[in-house]
Amino acid sequence: MSEPAVTADLVAQHGLTAEEYERIKQILGRTPTFTELGIFSVMWSEHCSYKSSKVHLKRLPTAGPQVLQGPGENAGVVDIGDGLAAVFKIESHNHPSFVEPFQGAATGVGGILRDIFTMGARPIAILDALRFGSLEDTKNRSIAEGVVSGIAFYGNCIGVPTVGGEVYFEPEPSGYSHNPLVNALCLGVAPKEKIFFARARGVGNPVIYVGAKTGRDGIHGASLLASAEFDETSQQKRPNVQIGDPFLEKLLLEALLEALDTGAIVGLQDMGAAGLTCSTCEMGAREGTGIEIELEKVPQREAGMTPYEIMLSESQERMLAVAEKGREKEILDVFRKWGLDAVLIGQVTGDGKLRVRHHGEVVAEIPARPLADDCPVYHRPLAPPAPRREQLIEFAAPDAAARNLRDDFLRLLASPTLASKRWITEQYDYSVRTNTVLSPGQGDAAVLRLKGTRRGLALTVDGNGRYCHLDPRRGAMLAVAEAARNLVAVGARPWAVTNCLNFGNPEKPEILWQFSEVIDGMAEACRVFGTPVTGGNVSFYNETRGKAIYPTPVIGMLGLLEDVEARIGNGFRRPGNAIVLLGGRTTERQGLERTFSSSEYAVRLRGVVVGAPPEIDLAYEKRVHDCCLELVRRSYVTAAHDLSDGGLLLALAEGSFAAATRVGAVVTLAGDLPLEAVCFGEESSRILLEVDEKHLADLLRIAAQYQVEARQLGWTTAGEFRVHFNGKVVLDEDVNLLAEAWRTGLTRRMRGAAA
Amino acid sequence: MAPLTLRPGSGQVKFGVVIFPGSNCDHDAFHVLRDVLGQPSEWIWHQSAEIGHLDAVILPGGFSYGDYLRTGAIASHSPVMSAVKKFAARGGLVLGICNGFQILCESGLLPGAMLRNRRLKFLCRFVHLRVENTDTPFTGACQPGQVLKIPIAHMEGNYFVDEPARRELEHNQQIIFRYATPAGEIADDEETNPNGALANIAGISNPERNVLGLMPHPERASEPLMGSTDGLAIFQSMIASLVTK
Repeated sequence: MSEPAVTADLVAQHGLTAEEYERIKQILGRTPTFTELGIFSVMWSEHCSYKSSKVHLKRLPTAGPQVLQGPGENAGVVDIGDGLAAVFKIESHNHPSFVEPFQGAATGVGGILRDIFTMGARPIAILDALRFGSLEDTKNRSIAEGVVSGIAFYGNCIGVPTVGGEVYFEPEPSGYSHNPLVNALCLGVAPKEKIFFARARGVGNPVIYVGAKTGRDGIHGASLLASAEFDETSQQKRPNVQIGDPFLEKLLLEALLEALDTGAIVGLQDMGAAGLTCSTCEMGAREGTGIEIELEKVPQREAGMTPYEIMLSESQERMLAVAEKGREKEILDVFRKWGLDAVLIGQVTGDGKLRVRHHGEVVAEIPARPLADDCPVYHRPLAPPAPRREQLIEFAAPDAAARNLRDDFLRLLASPTLASKRWITEQYDYSVRTNTVLSPGQGDAAVLRLKGTRRGLALTVDGNGRYCHLDPRRGAMLAVAEAARNLVAVGARPWAVTNCLNFGNPEKPEILWQFSEVIDGMAEACRVFGTPVTGGNVSFYNETRGKAIYPTPVIGMLGLLEDVEARIGNGFRRPGNAIVLLGGRTTERQGLERTFSSSEYAVRLRGVVVGAPPEIDLAYEKRVHDCCLELVRRSYVTAAHDLSDGGLLLALAEGSFAAATRVGAVVTLAGDLPLEAVCFGEESSRILLEVDEKHLADLLRIAAQYQVEARQLGWTTAGEFRVHFNGKVVLDEDVNLLAEAWRTGLTRRMRGAAA
Repeated sequence: MAPLTLRPGSGQVKFGVVIFPGSNCDHDAFHVLRDVLGQPSEWIWHQSAEIGHLDAVILPGGFSYGDYLRTGAIASHSPVMSAVKKFAARGGLVLGICNGFQILCESGLLPGAMLRNRRLKFLCRFVHLRVENTDTPFTGACQPGQVLKIPIAHMEGNYFVDEPARRELEHNQQIIFRYATPAGEIADDEETNPNGALANIAGISNPERNVLGLMPHPERASEPLMGSTDGLAIFQSMIASLVTK
């Protein structure tokens, strides 16, 4: 079979620059074949090589006593005590989800699951961070429908619970309209000694292909879909999106964990982005060995596939295993038991090369390490954007504003970003495997028990793109701070971080500046909270017709509970308890217009996205976390809920609605700030606590020891929801009426109701 | 007719949990039986043509063979289902949960079929079940009219059967559980009967009462940490009926 000649045109079509092509020729000492060109183009795509982000990612803290494996493997691994390790990672599937929402999101879940179980860990939880444009636009509604069903389809079928996540339906200029963000996090757990690494060990060991047959789907998914901007023709890239089969992946998961138990497997890698190409050369490169495969042995879905197509296919649910020589049969037997294709396609060699044969003919022969590791690294130019001209919110006089508080509150409660996410979370099987102790909506973070131990794990994902748009560095700090705050609110110690960085085109200096700022903000906050970054994913080129999304770092944070029975939910437990606001600072009027102008209130009710995100003092934030954990440890706290989007009133409302019995709240607020800012301001470092009155004095004393503010705002009630402000009742409502607006807000919008 | 192998005086029941390749609630059922209730339990692989010496068999939730066709359709033709039919015919207790219920319907061990939920979406939430008949091996430990809080998690749980068959179910008192309000009232709103099941049917038995199909998941409501222990009543009823038989 003759391959096309490699020309300058063909090189450009593969997204390689002239300089990159020169380097390829240098590595090979000759002109690449067509298949080799394809291999280089995917391995050196932005998606696989991190060529624009590498120099910045280096600044993240990745070390710590708890870290067993930092960035560089399929997923990060941390020690969680009792001889157990947690394996976790978050990844984006934004571009495929734009082109085909259902399959794009489904295969995003499938891919991250494989990353976890190829490390020998059984996946125990999935979380998702989603961003959609305004639901006024029917296209955004159908994207949201498709994405949520796709996640549900895959996770529910394979039987891994989707236990939490977060979602924003953000109006323009967010850039999320027609460019959704779909970030999926998976957590797995295994005994420490069973963690498995992706290495091609032992010259002469056989290489085994496992799972689905290779088809023509997904070719250039990584290089063309994930590494370029969108335009009107992007929907035509639908054939580049893979199709998921969760049942097959379930078989792969069970068979693989069983096969690993035989001890006959020495190396394992998922075939994800860049398929067979990536798995072969990365395994070889990591161990310094080479690998040789024969393509005609690869199970194929259709006849007549070329070497180029077989190497670049991104067909789902496939893996590559290296077996100990002589013990192949043990492995093949396990896969046969589960009804899976498993065939020997090659062997580990000692010459450091990736050699690909097709019917005896060598179609590619590339030094594995330079292919995997020597992609050019770019120090692309950065530049801060031009200063914004903006009109901040002007506050009405407090008295005038008070008249609208009830309407404002009801509108915010029913707005899709703040309303109950039940429409989404009910579509996810969140309780399969019976480990989910705090399910979606019950706590600020998901909490899972670990059967056979007293321990629990908590997980959360957070990131506010609007904040990062206004100040990327501070926005990133706030995202890390909120993640940690969510964990301490359920009683878990923040332990480690994974991150998904969603940005526009890094070749534009102001986008790369955002990226660089976000990295620095994240790095600083992770250092202060003692939560090293163990891995993650960068998604660039989130631009449609030249318009970039908000810079959107999503922080996935894992927390530890020594005793899972002691976890704290976010719903008030009973009437007559004290409501305490822990943390925060006496806000000065100065600067308030700026920070309040970036709030949910500002964007939803005033239609502005201006100003700056809330101030944050990381050292103070950390003291708030430590204090909260101490209060939980002393069993003073019966409910805890961090203050974030929508501020104090939203947190009070959610505390009231989460309880099965719908406990209400009466609070007394005071000060010379405008009422709306007091109710809906999003000042950082604050946690709302429900406390039995008998512990109140001790609680305040301990807060003082931590140099953290704490004041009682009021009491929980048997159903009234009342706010006093400077001596006047500014809101008095039955909690059921408020709850109804909150509970049905998103469902009504998804069923087509107007705002 | 007592080929079942109860060890006299042991007070223990030997459960078998079937593993289809796509079962995903198999471990949950096993955990409750063995770790919570202390019963000796075994796995049964889907290719087994024999049930062996067991007292009760659980068909767990999941997606059996991927459910590409109708849910449970392929599973009904599996080797293990021939064995389960024989086991049921000689009086063995069979509990089908969720996908297990769907398989029992497809196998003809129970009447009726599952349609998609009324809103056409997967639904995972706690529901309330009213116990309609306590004179069965699965509900003997319950009070008549007792309300159990147990979660559902399915896409196809909208039970349907034609009118004559429904009347027969009623007449024979084969409707064992109905979706109800927390106070035990039967209503057809989306909160109470979320999947839209005919006559709020959540669980039925065969006329002989030894085969039960149930859409909600009692194994997910059997420990305080899971938010409810009401599901235990079903497993405890099974154990009590077998040890006192």
